[in-house]
Amino acid sequence: MWARRSSRAAAAAPEDAAPVFAALGDPTRLRLVGRLSREGPLSISRLSDGAGVSRQAVSKHLRVLAGAGLARGTRLGREQRWQLEAAPLDEARRSLERIAQRWDEALGRLQAAVEGD
Amino acid sequence: MVETGTDVVEKEIVVRAPRGKVWRALTDSREFGKWFQAEMQDPFVAGARARGRILYPGYEHLTFEVQVERMEPEHLFSWRWHPYAIDPQQDYSQEPTTLVVFELEEIPEGTRIRVRESGFDLIPLARRAEAFRMNSQGWAEQVQNIARHVGQTE
Repeated sequence: MWARRSSRAAAAAPEDAAPVFAALGDPTRLRLVGRLSREGPLSISRLSDGAGVSRQAVSKHLRVLAGAGLARGTRLGREQRWQLEAAPLDEARRSLERIAQRWDEALGRLQAAVEGD
Repeated sequence: MVETGTDVVEKEIVVRAPRGKVWRALTDSREFGKWFQAEMQDPFVAGARARGRILYPGYEHLTFEVQVERMEPEHLFSWRWHPYAIDPQQDYSQEPTTLVVFELEEIPEGTRIRVRESGFDLIPLARRAEAFRMNSQGWAEQVQNIARHVGQTE
């Protein structure tokens, strides 16, 4: 019922997979994501303050995040302002919630099995 | 460090049953199959693969396959599997697996069962999104079951 080819066709092809989790697997990028989620949108110069790395490095990390669909830059006059794209992370969290609910169900059945007789 | 909250699922439940009985329900593959909704062909043996057929409504065409890692009697049982392997046309063997760990603890009320599944961050996001979309239709029916089971916990 759920395994319809049409719904598969609508899903992103694996080769288009945004490498979200690889992009997050770096402490500097994780810090940038944290700052953007609390304070964004921010310019590169603001993001470089206290990042412990150069502006060039921050810029490179932002491009990696953008490549993974996690962040995007918008030009505002002379400077580019960066903000998070929430959708990929939300999608990952939703899929994990579903798995968590599956485990709730399975544990409920296990409980019924061991308490039952 | 920012917590992405996307790598690990952890659940626990307290059951009024002795630890030995819970251990059998987890590790005797036929007993396991009854509550996990799978018809198992193989026993669970540390280091070995165990296969079966999924009986979970809507997934009956799928094979259940795990690579058992550790079996420490009445304490710990772990395996690896492919968490979003829902398309029989797809070869998942080269994709990363998640690790499922069951831990049992004897407590005055009975046994505490903890399950932890980790490694989701290595699974391609497109795979997760696809699984989510493919399942969302059947999901509404499961909500009632979940409510019932959550009501049973602790």
